[in-house]
Amino acid sequence: MVIEVDVRGFSCPIPVVKTKQAIEANPKEVLSVLVETAVSRENVSRLAESKGYSVEATETDGEYRLTLTPPGK
Amino acid sequence: MKLLLTPRFRIIIAGLVFGVLAALMTNWGNPPNMGICVACFLRDVAGALGLHRAAVVQYLRPEIIGFLLGAFITAYAFGEFRSRGGASPLVRFILGALVMIGALVFLGCPIRMMLRIAGGDLNGMVALAGLITGVLVGILFLKRGFNLGRATRIHPLVGWTMPALMLGLLLLAIFKPGFIFASETGPGAMYAPLAVSLVIGLVVSFLAQRTRMCFVGAWRDVFLVRDFYLLSGVIAFFIAALVTNYVVGNFGATGIYHWGFTSQPIAHDNHLWNFLGMGLLGLAATLIGGCPLRNLILAGEGDTDAGVTVLGFLAGAAIAHNFLLASSPNGTGAWGPLAVTIGLVFCVIIGLVMRE
Repeated sequence: MVIEVDVRGFSCPIPVVKTKQAIEANPKEVLSVLVETAVSRENVSRLAESKGYSVEATETDGEYRLTLTPPGK
Repeated sequence: MKLLLTPRFRIIIAGLVFGVLAALMTNWGNPPNMGICVACFLRDVAGALGLHRAAVVQYLRPEIIGFLLGAFITAYAFGEFRSRGGASPLVRFILGALVMIGALVFLGCPIRMMLRIAGGDLNGMVALAGLITGVLVGILFLKRGFNLGRATRIHPLVGWTMPALMLGLLLLAIFKPGFIFASETGPGAMYAPLAVSLVIGLVVSFLAQRTRMCFVGAWRDVFLVRDFYLLSGVIAFFIAALVTNYVVGNFGATGIYHWGFTSQPIAHDNHLWNFLGMGLLGLAATLIGGCPLRNLILAGEGDTDAGVTVLGFLAGAAIAHNFLLASSPNGTGAWGPLAVTIGLVFCVIIGLVMRE
C-alpha cells in the first residue's frame, strides 16, 4: 500500500512535520509525497534520507512527487 | 570534489562568508555589533519613511533592499520564482509585528544576537536561551498540528510587488528626497557606503537563497527532526564573525568590544526581558516559519505571505518606537514588558487554535 501525503501549498516546516508524522504512523509503507516548492522537496528528502529511506523525485508542472521507500523494501 | 558539492559543505561556506562580511560591516561603518541586523535595519527603514519618529534610528538601509532584490534575482536565475499567497496573511502580519517587537525589546534579530555574542556581549547568551525556549514552545504547537493553511498560486505580477517596492526604496536611498528621514546622530547615522551595503546585501541574499539559511529554523530543525543542516550554517557564521573580530583587532586595547554583560554597544543587560523578548521572537518566528532574513528572502522569491510578514515587521518597528515598547541602552521601554506579555499570550492562543 502506498500512503499519499499532499503537502502542496504549505510553507516550511509543515511539509516536513506532516511527512514525519506519516512515516511514524506507517513505518513499513512506501510514501508518495506531493510538494510544491524546491525547498519542500529538499527538506522532505533530507528527512526521509536521515531515516534510511530511498527517495525518488519526479517533477510535473512545477510540482514534485517524492516516492519515499523505507529501508529493506 | 564530491565534498564541495554536498549541501552541508555549501551552507558552511555560506555561513563563513556571511560571518566575515557581517563582522567587517561594523568596521566599514555600520554600528557596533550591528554589522548586519535585519530587525534593526528594518526599524531604520521604518524610521526613514517616517513611520516612527525616533530620530536616532532612521536610515534607508541598502542591505535590506539587497536582501530582497538579491533573492528575487537568484530565484529567477534558478527557476524558483513562484508567485503564491493566501495562507493566513493577517495572522502573519500580526506575528511579523510581534517578531519585531520581541527583537526591539532585546535589541536585535537572531543574526545580531549571534553577532553580539561574537562581539563579547554575553547578554546574547541569555537571549539565545530565550530564543531556543520560544522555538521549543513553537515546536509543541507544530507537533499538535498547528499550521497557517495552504498558499495557492497567484498571478506572477503580484509576486513582483515586494521587489518593485524595494526598487522604489533603492531610488529613494540614492536620490535622498527631502521627505526621507535620516539620523544625524546615533545608530541610524552609522552606515557603510551605499554601494558596499547594497552589494553585501546582494551577496548574502544569493548565499541565503541557495542554502535556505535561517537563524530560527536552524534551532527548530535540531529539536524537531534532529537535522543539523541549517545549524551548521549558523555555527559557521558565528565562528567566522568571532575570528574576524579578533583578527581585525576589535577585541584589542583600542577595539570596540570586550567580554561581559555591562557597557555593551547598543544593548541593555536586563536578563528577564532579553530572555522573554527573544522568547517571543522565537515563538512567533517558528509559527511563521522563519527568521526575519528568511522572510525577506521568501518575499523576494514571490511568496506574498512572506511579503505581508515583512510589512508586519515594518509595522511592528513603528509600533515599538511610537508607543515606547523598544528598549534602549538605558533599559527596556516603558511598555515593552507589557507588549511582550500580550504578544506571548497572542502566540499561544494562535498556536492552540489554528490546527487541523
